[in-house]
Amino acid sequence: MIQLAAPFTEEKIRSLKVGDMVEISGVIFTGRDAVHKWLYEGNEPPVSLRDGIIYHCGPVVMKKKGQWVVTAAGPTTSTREEPYQATIIEKHGVRAVIGKGGMGEKTRQACQKFGCVYLHAVGGAAQVLAEAIKKVRTVYMLEKFGSPEAIWELEVENFPVVVTIDSHGNSLHKDIEAESAQNLSKLMQQIGKPAAAK
Amino acid sequence: MTSSQQKKLQEAFVEIVRKTSAELPQDVVDAVIEGLEREAKESRGEYALKIIQKNIELAKKKSQPLCQDTGSILFYIHYPRKLDSELLTKLVKKAVVSATKKGFLRQNSVDSLTGENNGTNVGPGTPTLHLEPWKKDHIEVKLMLKGGGCENVGAQYSLPDARIGAGRDLYGVKKCILDAVQQAQGKGCGPGVLGVIVGGDRATGYLASKEQFLRKMRDKNPNPVLSKLEEECLQEANQLGIGPMGFGGKTTLMGVKIGALNRLPASFFVSVSYMCWAFRRQGAKLSTQGKIQKWLY
Ligand code: SF4
Repeated sequence: MIQLAAPFTEEKIRSLKVGDMVEISGVIFTGRDAVHKWLYEGNEPPVSLRDGIIYHCGPVVMKKKGQWVVTAAGPTTSTREEPYQATIIEKHGVRAVIGKGGMGEKTRQACQKFGCVYLHAVGGAAQVLAEAIKKVRTVYMLEKFGSPEAIWELEVENFPVVVTIDSHGNSLHKDIEAESAQNLSKLMQQIGKPAAAK
Repeated sequence: MTSSQQKKLQEAFVEIVRKTSAELPQDVVDAVIEGLEREAKESRGEYALKIIQKNIELAKKKSQPLCQDTGSILFYIHYPRKLDSELLTKLVKKAVVSATKKGFLRQNSVDSLTGENNGTNVGPGTPTLHLEPWKKDHIEVKLMLKGGGCENVGAQYSLPDARIGAGRDLYGVKKCILDAVQQAQGKGCGPGVLGVIVGGDRATGYLASKEQFLRKMRDKNPNPVLSKLEEECLQEANQLGIGPMGFGGKTTLMGVKIGALNRLPASFFVSVSYMCWAFRRQGAKLSTQGKIQKWLY
């Protein structure tokens, strides 16, 4: 297990490799469709994302005794941000993107070029991930985008992820897809053939 | 039906929704643990499954949704003939609104044309109710919550399919099933379970493929041909190496359930539904007074 603690410097990010199991501690920002589109259109973020981490997540946040509390915080599907992500990594100096399902070629290249990684959280693990969020620091653009789409600034501790795109041009998604395609074609060839003598 | 009886029934429906959203049935929990034991120590597959296992425990303890996508709401209800099905439908819908208010369901249904979310989970096509009268004098309610991520990786094949070399026979069916798993990779939040229907038309095939998920994980298909096909597909899919969440590993699927419907001579469909690890299904035997007499899973 690798501990990744703030500040998220380029050096720390570049030391991560595809397949690493990582626990993050520090500040992360949620951002999904509305935020990505908005930044992509050239608007300035209300808070600096430089050396920051963006989490593709629309959390469920409740106000309890005047305090924001996150009650569910699983990742959402990242490919929806593929058209925007590379530009945002480049322009705003984002060091890591957390989500699920992986991202495409443009993002992989941006990670390599600008020193960023894609971190895969466990899809559906809403409760475990909510527990790793220790504090809601503040929220931006709540009125404009509504709760799930707003930018929530969260303090996390030991937030569990796997590196699936690193800053050296590797993608676990590509590797697994290629490997499983090979396994599949072997299996397909055997289908309908009499079983080999044991 | 008296108004207090209606209230009791509605409360029972809300409780069924709560339990379905927060607690995985034991047969699914057992399958997750089996997967966990199969993965290599310190591997990414084991890591993902450990987080999943912890999430299952936490959600139950906190009585909170297992996954924040509380999914499509699919009810399968048998009811005594003397009950009014319209009234029953109304009570189920009210229960859905109330379960949403209580946070057991996310506000999860939007108007497809305007994008508007009325925040109730009730609208055209939601919740989905399959109502069937029967001779018994109790109500049987089964509920499934099926997430969007896994629904997106479902697939329907029309045989013959030249791309994967699948003909109109059981070998062809197997090719469709394995191809669907490969296409899905980890995107359906695996390890998953497949519900498959051979035959039917496009609509009935998909509809019945979901009903396969009402079967228990370790039951045996009464049809020996399908039973054998289920075992083979499970075993072979787990050789693909996709693993939990697509991180690589031995547990790509936890189960395969296959049924068959008659087809027209001109058509041969294979419909594959994918269920994520957050396999939320519960059921209850209810008295007409609204008392939960027994949990079914
Ligand atoms: S596919 Fe299942 S586990 Fe994944 S986010 Fe959707 S409902 Fe949750």
